[in-house]
Amino acid sequence: MEIKKGIGVSPGVVISAAVVLDAEDLVIPKRQVAASDTEAEVARFNRAVEEAIVELTRLRDDIVARQGRELGGIFDFHVGILRDGSLLGQVLSEIRANRSTAEYAVSTVMRKYAAVFSKMTDRYLSERVKDVYDVERQVLRRLVGQKRQDLAHLSTDVVLIAHDMLPSQTALLDKQRVKGFATDAGGRTSHTAIVARAMGIPAVVGLGDITAEVNTGDLVILDGNHGVVIINPDEQVLSEHRESELRRLKVESDLATLQDLPAQTLDGHLISLQANIEFPNEVDEALHRGAEGIGLYRTEYLYLAGEREPSEEEHYGAYADALLRLKNRPLVIRTLDLGADKYSQSKAVNPERNPFLGDRSIRMCLHDIPMFKRQLRAIMRASVLGDVRIMFPMISTLMELRQAKMVLIDVMEELEDEGVSFNRDIPIGMMIEVPSAALMAEKFAKEVNFFSIGTNDLCQYTLAVDRTNEKVAGLFCPGHPAVLGLIRDVIRKATRGNIGVSLCGEMAGEPLYTLLLLGLGLTTFSMNGPDIPEVKKIIRSTTMEHARLVARRVMSFDSERQVMHYLRDETRKIDPEVV
Amino acid sequence: MIRPVGGPPGLPLSSLHGVRRIMPIASRDIIVSNSLGLHARPAMEFVDTANQFRCKVTVRKGGEEPYEADGKSVMQMIILAATQGTPLQIQAEGDDAEAAIDKLVELFENKFGEE
Repeated sequence: MEIKKGIGVSPGVVISAAVVLDAEDLVIPKRQVAASDTEAEVARFNRAVEEAIVELTRLRDDIVARQGRELGGIFDFHVGILRDGSLLGQVLSEIRANRSTAEYAVSTVMRKYAAVFSKMTDRYLSERVKDVYDVERQVLRRLVGQKRQDLAHLSTDVVLIAHDMLPSQTALLDKQRVKGFATDAGGRTSHTAIVARAMGIPAVVGLGDITAEVNTGDLVILDGNHGVVIINPDEQVLSEHRESELRRLKVESDLATLQDLPAQTLDGHLISLQANIEFPNEVDEALHRGAEGIGLYRTEYLYLAGEREPSEEEHYGAYADALLRLKNRPLVIRTLDLGADKYSQSKAVNPERNPFLGDRSIRMCLHDIPMFKRQLRAIMRASVLGDVRIMFPMISTLMELRQAKMVLIDVMEELEDEGVSFNRDIPIGMMIEVPSAALMAEKFAKEVNFFSIGTNDLCQYTLAVDRTNEKVAGLFCPGHPAVLGLIRDVIRKATRGNIGVSLCGEMAGEPLYTLLLLGLGLTTFSMNGPDIPEVKKIIRSTTMEHARLVARRVMSFDSERQVMHYLRDETRKIDPEVV
Repeated sequence: MIRPVGGPPGLPLSSLHGVRRIMPIASRDIIVSNSLGLHARPAMEFVDTANQFRCKVTVRKGGEEPYEADGKSVMQMIILAATQGTPLQIQAEGDDAEAAIDKLVELFENKFGEE
């Protein structure tokens, strides 16, 4: 049994057999197959070689026809390598003697030759190492491709293990059979994470070397809630997980009875519970869980899903889809909040040294007005289809907010000139997720219609902690008195300024914080759909009077430890299920 | 591991293996004379020609970096690193050994169609 820790990017737990997927351009990890499967690997290898020969021959003929005999020679050489009996024999004996996968056997043998070639003193000959690599890639591509094809027709449920899922790979998946993803690389906004959330299956990314640790066929427990993968769990761990899965299902069905009941305290205060989504089709699930609207529509997916920036029509299509499903319930669209992560950095020409303090989110939009305008135009055009509200992320100074609003006004004027209808009175809001914005909430309240507190970033920037860095993640705690102080003040200033305020960070969906947030005067919570029933249960089990008492007590503490202890005790009195 | 001297890497030297029927052996010493030596295209031509015969073909290089290549393996023929001026011994073992040697030596004499 082995336990690997990564980043949980899509919730849920699944226990299933693993299928390991290699990428053709990577070092293929050492991996073994069952003794009974070695001949199947031999057959795969032979097939890949035959296919490669056919393809190379076709290429050769093509080149010869267009550019003459001389250039065809290199392909003859490549085909010659693939027909080299002693080389093929070595690959076969690597598969048979060491039970290696065909990929690993090819890679091992070819790399041995590559090493010999590259040491040769004759320059012309040492350069033939490129041909060796080229041929290796030709064969590997086919081996990996075979598996990819196989993934389109799976006969049992599987968890996919890969270095990182590529769009070309996910496009082919048999979505009925793939029950989870675990990858070496990636972060919250990686393609894998997004696809997993869209499919509603658990995923853990950033596991480092999981592809080398797992063999196809191994049993794994994938826990997307805690970012853990357990490889070949022993009986005890396995039964524990099966039990907790049953418990969870039971709790879930109990909570489902709350779906149509209002989120109202015992003394009659009505609270609005809304959902955070990334995809229009998540609206249905959110409503099913009892959401009264969408308090945060993250639009990053539109940018991350494809290789290029989405067109205005693609934006519009997604917003219209969400609004149709919402039937006049509110939809808060947050403008592009991208940057600061691996994904955007790896695509950047000049990676930033300090991306979390860099050109991200609204800053990035204000640096690329044409791109920003495309999104704003789509939002404004969609604004006549329902209750659309617009929200700017990562605002840190008043000037930024004013600039963003100016671009929006520009867009409105353009649409007006074009005779396109839109809602001129669209509510405009901003995220409060930078301490400077929280501290200046009173000023900001005069310039927007609502605030939404993003506690994940607010906590990160207030405490100077990157929670994905395991060395310091322990310091990340939204219950820190400094963070709570900012949240209290923002709610207070919004209320005094007579504007709306909601909280859309993970804190909103944590039942542990529900009493406190109620007591601080928060009346709108926006969270992941599945969290709604539990938070609703707490709201329906307490009074506003009690919640205020809890909040007052919490604000008197001077350490997050006291805060958490106290909140746990108080919450358990209401709901013993809370951990 | 690819041995600097010996038969096909990973395969045992046939000469070290058991007692076999005595096969006709033909052998010829030549010097690589084409300017590029046994680079990819000539090596392919050599291997393609060798493969037209049933006999076993071995090419030996002496000197500071001795190597024995399977004449039917293009990879080993490249590893031989037979540049212009390199003396080589070509040996064929099998019923059609003589015919094979003639054809293979002819390739060198024609400088693999170069110039």
